[in-house]
Amino acid sequence: MRDAPAPTAQDRGTAPAPTVLELRGITAGYERHRPVVRDASLTLSAGEAVGLLGPSGCGKSTLARVAALLHRPSAGHLLLDGTPVTRWRHRAPRAQRTAFGVVLQQPRLAADPRLTLTDLIAEPLRATGRRAEVPARLAELTPLVGLTPDLLTRRPHEVSDGQLQRACLARALVLRPRILVCDEMTAMLDASTTAALVTAVEAYRAETGAALLAVGHDAVLLDRWCDRVLPWKAIAGAA
Amino acid sequence: MTCEHPDAKAPAPVAWRSRGPRQRSWRTLRVRTSAALTGAVVLAVLLVPPLVQLDQQAVDLAAKLRPPSWAHPFGTDDVGRDLLLRCVHGLRVSLFIGVAAALVAAVVGTAVGALAGALGGWVDRVAMRVVDALASVPHLLLGVFVVALFRPGVWPVLLSIAATHWLSTARIVRAEVLSLRGRPFVDAAVSGGASRWRIAVRHLVPAVLPQAGLAAVLSVPHAMWHESALSFLGLGLPAHMASLGNLVEGARGSLLAGQWWPTLFPGLFLIVPTLAVAGLAGAWRDRIDPRRRSELML
Repeated sequence: MRDAPAPTAQDRGTAPAPTVLELRGITAGYERHRPVVRDASLTLSAGEAVGLLGPSGCGKSTLARVAALLHRPSAGHLLLDGTPVTRWRHRAPRAQRTAFGVVLQQPRLAADPRLTLTDLIAEPLRATGRRAEVPARLAELTPLVGLTPDLLTRRPHEVSDGQLQRACLARALVLRPRILVCDEMTAMLDASTTAALVTAVEAYRAETGAALLAVGHDAVLLDRWCDRVLPWKAIAGAA
Repeated sequence: MTCEHPDAKAPAPVAWRSRGPRQRSWRTLRVRTSAALTGAVVLAVLLVPPLVQLDQQAVDLAAKLRPPSWAHPFGTDDVGRDLLLRCVHGLRVSLFIGVAAALVAAVVGTAVGALAGALGGWVDRVAMRVVDALASVPHLLLGVFVVALFRPGVWPVLLSIAATHWLSTARIVRAEVLSLRGRPFVDAAVSGGASRWRIAVRHLVPAVLPQAGLAAVLSVPHAMWHESALSFLGLGLPAHMASLGNLVEGARGSLLAGQWWPTLFPGLFLIVPTLAVAGLAGAWRDRIDPRRRSELML
């Protein structure tokens, strides 16, 4: 039933980087007694890029939400920098929540339709009382993700999915997270936008040494992008 | 202004064709009529009392119960007071109470609904059970109970209406907030370090404001009728104060004697503005949610 230590066996072994995120025996779901994820375990070392590969509907997005402290699991442990996490969503301390940068699959749903792209990207800084950093961070991030200044005054319905996803990536990076969680970030986008977004993520990681958990169903992309790719069956228990 | 567009002969897009020009022109007519009537009513109640230096309380027993004439277009009541002037003053009081009560009810309803929806858990359960309990009592009865606690006057009536009209707004706002709370953009805000308060103020409440505003406008006519009902029952404003309910109530006796004007005109003053406001609210609702068929909702 339980093959939790399996992923750690795949570690490269030489000069072990400290583990930043560890999920042990996570069971999570949306209805009581009907878990979507059963007994899933996963570790993420500092600076490492891990791909999580699975078919649609297997529960990998739910696991990504648990990993980003957005969904409380019904069982299991989550260790962030070796410290057990006991609270999720709003109840999690702000420092823990903002350690994660989250990019979701559908930019239309992940963006508040009332905010312009500038406000969208700047919102995490404003919400955490770092308003003064907004101009500098915008100037750094918009070229990185490939947004032109004329797009920044538009609202989500006035830009394309690809442009909106670029803004969502900028929003995820604006607080300089240590761990990036990209849940099917490029599933709805064309090849060139996919390449641009992945390049932006890699540029950010090269600069900051952030770890990456990339969730997806595109084996080719994850193979090219990540240090190691874990098939869903290897990390989760039998359903 | 009209220039010939190159594809002017191209068929209209399907979305427009399905509505049909007749329906659209009827809709435009309704909106314009409602807007004009509402504007006229607001101007009348704002301008007439300060500009027209006539005493609406002036009693003239020699001219009591006169039918409509040039001197008194709406006739006079049983103590010879001019009914047109009384109606305008009465509408002023009724409209003020209607608008103020609707505003208070909208603010309270939005606050309760947003809190219940955003916090969830036991706060939500307690708040919604209170709403259910209050909604299970006929609100006129509840209103009468509130008014009976105080001396007659404007403020008890206002309180009574506001206290009974926030329930539907609270339900609407809570339902909207609940549906918004699970959206991915709220997840993104949580991950971006936003507090519950920040998410409510920045993302949830602005999203429900159009619905809450519509509920408020729809409750203006309702509140005016409520005020008139309380006054008609003798529980609302003091008898000397002109309000539409008081005017209708005072004219009951003369109606039996065949004098129709003291009842008809205050009644029209109640019906026409409420229909006009409801017409505007209907147009607003069509803009927010074009799928829903617009019907007058009082």
